[in-house]
Amino acid sequence: MKKEWQEQLEDGTRIVRTCGWSPPGDHPAGCGMKLHIKDGKLVKVEGDPEHPISQGRLCVRCLSLPDYVYHPDRITHPMKRVGKHGENKWEQITWDEAWDIIVSKVKHYQKNYGNESIVVFGGTGREACLYYYPLGFSSLQTPNVCYPLSGWSCYGPRCAITDYILGAGYPEIDFAGNFPDRYDNPNYKLPKYIMLWGKMPLASNPDGFYGHSLIDMMKRGTKIILIDPRMNWMATRAEHWCQLRPGTDTALALGLLNVIINENLYDHEFVEQWCYGFDELKERVQEYPVDKVAEITGVSAEKITEVARVFATAKPSAIQWGLAVDENPNGVQLGHAILSIVAITGNLDVPGGLLLGPRAALMGKWRVETRGQMPEELWEKRIGAKEWPALANALATTHPDETLDTLETGKPYELKMGWFNSTQPITATNTAAPQRWHKALQKLEFNVVQDLFMTPTAQAFGDIFLPLPTFAEHDGVVLTHFGRNSIFLGAMNKAFTVGECKSDIEVCIELGRRLYPEHWPWKTAEEFFTDQLKPELGISFDDLRHEGLYQPPREYYKYKTGKLREDGEPGFSTVTGLVELKSTLFEQWGDDPLPYYKEPPYSPVSTPELAKEYPLILTTGARKFTSFHSEHRQIEALRDIDPDPMMEINPDTAEKLGIREGDWVMIENQFGKAREKAHLQNGMRPDVVHATHGWWFPERDKGEEAEEPNLYGVWDANINTLIPHKHIGKLGFGAPFKSILCKVYKAEDQSSTKCKPKQMKYQD
Amino acid sequence: MSRNGLLIDYEYCTGCHSCEVACRNEKNIPREKWGIKLTEVGPWQVEGDKWEWNYIACPTELCDLCGDRVARGEKPACALHCLGQCMEVGPIEELVEKMEAKGKKMALFVP
Repeated sequence: MKKEWQEQLEDGTRIVRTCGWSPPGDHPAGCGMKLHIKDGKLVKVEGDPEHPISQGRLCVRCLSLPDYVYHPDRITHPMKRVGKHGENKWEQITWDEAWDIIVSKVKHYQKNYGNESIVVFGGTGREACLYYYPLGFSSLQTPNVCYPLSGWSCYGPRCAITDYILGAGYPEIDFAGNFPDRYDNPNYKLPKYIMLWGKMPLASNPDGFYGHSLIDMMKRGTKIILIDPRMNWMATRAEHWCQLRPGTDTALALGLLNVIINENLYDHEFVEQWCYGFDELKERVQEYPVDKVAEITGVSAEKITEVARVFATAKPSAIQWGLAVDENPNGVQLGHAILSIVAITGNLDVPGGLLLGPRAALMGKWRVETRGQMPEELWEKRIGAKEWPALANALATTHPDETLDTLETGKPYELKMGWFNSTQPITATNTAAPQRWHKALQKLEFNVVQDLFMTPTAQAFGDIFLPLPTFAEHDGVVLTHFGRNSIFLGAMNKAFTVGECKSDIEVCIELGRRLYPEHWPWKTAEEFFTDQLKPELGISFDDLRHEGLYQPPREYYKYKTGKLREDGEPGFSTVTGLVELKSTLFEQWGDDPLPYYKEPPYSPVSTPELAKEYPLILTTGARKFTSFHSEHRQIEALRDIDPDPMMEINPDTAEKLGIREGDWVMIENQFGKAREKAHLQNGMRPDVVHATHGWWFPERDKGEEAEEPNLYGVWDANINTLIPHKHIGKLGFGAPFKSILCKVYKAEDQSSTKCKPKQMKYQD
Repeated sequence: MSRNGLLIDYEYCTGCHSCEVACRNEKNIPREKWGIKLTEVGPWQVEGDKWEWNYIACPTELCDLCGDRVARGEKPACALHCLGQCMEVGPIEELVEKMEAKGKKMALFVP
């Protein structure tokens, strides 16, 4: 990339290069773009063709960034509530006033109820993911940082499984991301097959993997095997598509292992040298012959056999595992089985295979160390840590489901104050049973919310609202995979200012300097980032700005060179030093050491009586190009493309139910219900519907519509109300967001959800 | 010099809508009009495991193939931002050669 990160055009336009994150946008994909600033205002966003990964490509979310930045509803000054929780009564205040109120409240709760009475809630994917931990552990000194999604069902389980089975950072397919010359690098090999397992990266750019890299690779010859119950575009481009019954993934994985092992298609050398427990695994998979697996999953025995043969014999190949691994109470076993397939076929950490992250996360040292600032007896009060060691060992948060129990029961202690950073626990995004969370969170006396718009969560609970800037309005660093297997680290450059917003790290610093100044020596974000970058990479933040981005070198075969272990010995950083096909730790924590299949808690097989009333299987969570979970609902250009929450249903099933294209339907089960619009989709399984998540209606903000109990229509299309609390796996991970029973019928209320969109400020 | 056209390799159009929004931004096109618009065919089953599902973006009267951008040596707004990198503007003869070379799922527009 060019050294100049800013340029001035003759007409006075200033162009600032940057790499994006959210808010608003995406996981840390770090797409390269050029922000055009005129008279101090963002007027246009262009993709940056020099960026080695995104290469100028840009999705509709960043293309409509000016609409987000200057939206009339955006909150750009601190506010305090002047009414009751749930009333839309707020008053603008200064930052000093906000800090005075917050600091006195924090001290009050710490003194009277203990530091642990304060809980920090964080959300999915935004930049805040790096900072809400130190916000809790260091700035507030509470052991209770909570990611509230039942069973921690997003990314955390996959990281934990990898920790325990491989002793490595997050495994990602090799898309030549670390090489400046990308796919042409002589050390790179193109994967022959990529098995996409419960994952659709094109719209989601999961964890910073640039989704359309799949298209790059397909153009070069990579073939796709898709494991997905839902019809999607990739299914029509895949060479093989296993359209399984939702939630039966682990049976399918065990069936593939059965074929690979019994047909002697595995890599003997790798298994003998680097794997532990192969004989036991071999014995276990005998319980999963393909005919039995076909019966469970609905995928034919012939297809299972063919896919297993094709994958095992084409090298290099890789499996890209998705959220379907996390959002499944049987998901630990699924992840274990998937990693086992990749391992025994000899595809771990090889060029074009599944790459392992190094042990320590890039720029992760400080974040981990902030945990040590608290006295041990305070750290031991972390909610759910003792009850769920498999979760607590891998993740620094509370156990999400236990946190709801604690809120509801006051046991082992009462929670008094909440801090919500970039999360919407009551919108259908970041919790199961949001109706229960809603009630439980009302018990908190005082809450701080960091966001950019008034949300249902902020309206219901917030007392102080602290405005966040977009990624274009502050300095920062974006690193793919949150540092756990980073392809690159990019500079986010402050290009202009709107109001008085403060970034996540700025808030951590300012609060930290007021409460625990000994831990917060930095005065500015730039100082902070330079201090993080220097020891690891030897560069300052300003250097990174000029470089644009930094791609750490890629090392293959790290298990051979000692790069996966702290002691520098060859092998994996697990209890046995090997890939644990049989897990020492799972057994220690009371679970089966080998992968096994368990039916979803509610399914036509496990609850046949219930299935008579609720005959369809609901799966949720597939992403659209036009939103990042509950973000972007107020953006006109994006709502024009996707105006409504949609439910996909097979046309024959719809006909039997008297449902036509575009009808509003109720999706309902014994736990909750949601109203969405029906889309008749060929190729959907007749027994499955898929419903979109993250819906609320920011345009419903007149009078009572914005207030309790309406809260911008947050309960109308709230698909997570159908997902029950604490139906999690034995080790505390996974919840049935992608396999629950439901019924569907035409809604009485056929009125559209959408009101007239608002005009942008800069066009006024 | 011959006329330019817009070549779309719709095997790899993933329906991301970036062309629509990028074009609207570039040309200041109001909401009720379009410079380019995505169309959709499918999904429906051809036979067995074979499915037809194509997105094809159609340029309109308002598309001038980003003549000014191309003259500056830049890609047209749609082609630059296209996530599938399946759009290209160039002399028609060259694009026809590319169509023939690939041999399937290609569309050439002369708006």
